[in-house]
Amino acid sequence: MILIQLMLLLLVAISGTAVVFARDPSTQPVGIGFFGLILTVMFMAFRAPDVALSQIVIGTVGLPLMILLALAKMRRDAQQRETAEKRPAKEGPAR
Amino acid sequence: MNSSMRMVLFFFGAAGIALLLVCAFVRLPGPQNLRSRYLKRINDGAVPERNATDAVTAVNFDYRGFDTVGEEFILFVSVMGSMVLLRQASEKRDQPLPDAITPARDVPASDAVRLWILMMVAPKILFGIYIVSHGQLTPGGGFQGGVILASSALIIYVGENFEVFKKILSHPLIETAEGAGAGLFVLIGMIAWFWGRPFLTNTLPLGQTNELTSAGTIPLISLATGLEVTAGFLLLLFAFLQETLTASSE
Repeated sequence: MILIQLMLLLLVAISGTAVVFARDPSTQPVGIGFFGLILTVMFMAFRAPDVALSQIVIGTVGLPLMILLALAKMRRDAQQRETAEKRPAKEGPAR
Repeated sequence: MNSSMRMVLFFFGAAGIALLLVCAFVRLPGPQNLRSRYLKRINDGAVPERNATDAVTAVNFDYRGFDTVGEEFILFVSVMGSMVLLRQASEKRDQPLPDAITPARDVPASDAVRLWILMMVAPKILFGIYIVSHGQLTPGGGFQGGVILASSALIIYVGENFEVFKKILSHPLIETAEGAGAGLFVLIGMIAWFWGRPFLTNTLPLGQTNELTSAGTIPLISLATGLEVTAGFLLLLFAFLQETLTASSE
């Protein structure tokens, strides 16, 4: 049991560091999801099923989802700004 | 300041923090010889005093119920805040969008994905309800079950599109559910006042240990929390998806 716990702690350290070193924001949610999954298994190994359940719903569903949606919104805003700059304001929307 | 200078500064900072952490952690008691009075109190008290077999939920919704009211309202306020922010942005552009923006989702999901999701939705909802309603018996409770319930609506969006997501959910109803969930928690806490006891005291009949109706107010609070968390997450999804998708696909 101690060996499994130690290995899981090591995995947590490695995957946590990997999330920090993933510089591209669009790959970070995937890394964070994996990190959350490893944390969940770690909590299970340390006999905290309640925390593991909270961790799996927040760490692998809630957090990556919110990051992805925020990224999608930012990308769309940038796209919108770009097209707004391309055409003069007085012309108005074409639809 | 160049990058090597920054690395040197970071090294000293990180080394200091590492030293402090090591000093703190070597003094921690191991999991085998924890001798906390609080731990003993909860472990000895949860089943005989509250008929709740899951001590963690008993702490969350009963012994430390007041803290959970605070957490619940943190979620409530942050959902409201994000909705206000996102709504402000969507009012700014009432005029139709320039057509240069490509529709975000004109390729439907594959049949395999749609079939899998169709099979997953009902068991997922059932599992969410199970986690919410068995909070006092097994690990789980309103928070975890609420997110599971909300994510079963999310996978419908993944398999279909936002139109379907909008069709099966009513926005005013979710808004009401979120308010009702948060309010119910406080109202359940006030039940104790009828007996002249402090807020959130577990004054309801405790029932039989291991039964769904055991542990007095704990399952009720779990249900209220489940309602609030489900509705809160759905509202967030609604606001984000509406903001990022409808305008570009309409």
